[in-house]
Amino acid sequence: MHWMAEVRVQLRPGIADPEGMTIAGGLRALGFESVQNVRHGKLLQVSFDAPDANAARDAVAAMCRRLLANPVMEIATFELRAIGEPAEESRLA
Amino acid sequence: MTAPRVAVVVFPGTWSERDFAHVAGLLGWDARLIWHAETKLGGADAVVLPGGFAHGDHLRTGAIARFSPIMAAVEAFAAAGGPVIGSCNGFQVLCEAGLLPGALLRNDHLEFRCDWQWLRVESPACSPPWLGDLTRDERIRLPISHGEGRYYADEATLDGLEASGRVALRYVDERGEASTAANPNGSLRSIAGITNERGNVLGLMPHPERAAEAEVGGTDGLRLFRSLGTWLAGQPAAAERRL
Repeated sequence: MHWMAEVRVQLRPGIADPEGMTIAGGLRALGFESVQNVRHGKLLQVSFDAPDANAARDAVAAMCRRLLANPVMEIATFELRAIGEPAEESRLA
Repeated sequence: MTAPRVAVVVFPGTWSERDFAHVAGLLGWDARLIWHAETKLGGADAVVLPGGFAHGDHLRTGAIARFSPIMAAVEAFAAAGGPVIGSCNGFQVLCEAGLLPGALLRNDHLEFRCDWQWLRVESPACSPPWLGDLTRDERIRLPISHGEGRYYADEATLDGLEASGRVALRYVDERGEASTAANPNGSLRSIAGITNERGNVLGLMPHPERAAEAEVGGTDGLRLFRSLGTWLAGQPAAAERRL
């Protein structure tokens, strides 16, 4: 089966996020004065094959642990969905 | 004693390897550039992980580099007590590899900072191979050149580093005082360099290899190399490691 994992990686709460603070300042400068805080992060879309949902979840968890996030300063969360076989049209392309 | 042999690891995107090799050459040492895909360090007496942008620093600094084939040999060398220094990107790789605690984050001001920086030698005793010729509380001046040098570790880890004297270098002003203004990247507790428990692995954001000749503005960096030379001369085991 084909799977798509969307992995979100963010700095742990409490770690200063100067990029997020800069983005928040940009939003306020545009007139969104009510913006109090922005935390920025990364979104990684990982497509891969696994026999079933449990194996797919285990695989993504292992990817996060081994490479995608550094637990010293980051937290990773993910959503997983099965994706169907590619449509006939796209195969022709 | 034969000339020390230094292995300088080169990842795709490393940029300071030739400077390290040049300084080793000034001392009459045998410096070898070791491509990251290699698996052996060639009987080195010491290992250098230089600065740069290994593997483009994609995902996180050092995140991909730590899985380069040569890193298994570097980890084994460090575990055997061999002297390892990681400067700038090399420090980031050492942290990612778990050879040193903590991590390096984006500078708090988000700028790439390239400048001369005063440092205070906090604890030369924590790393005899790399700091043995320096004295406690003395100031040295080295170049920094990084965008992601903000040292971070949780409070317990920081307290542990301080209590065990493993904070090697701190960012200070020219009077030797640590302050927010003298901290070039927002590092917690102004930490510029740390060692592992055994003291053979030193990671630091500054570039000692860029301060080894008066013509380039300073020679304080050379003293780390001289420390290594002194230390190796007193280590009969160094020759055995080559076998």
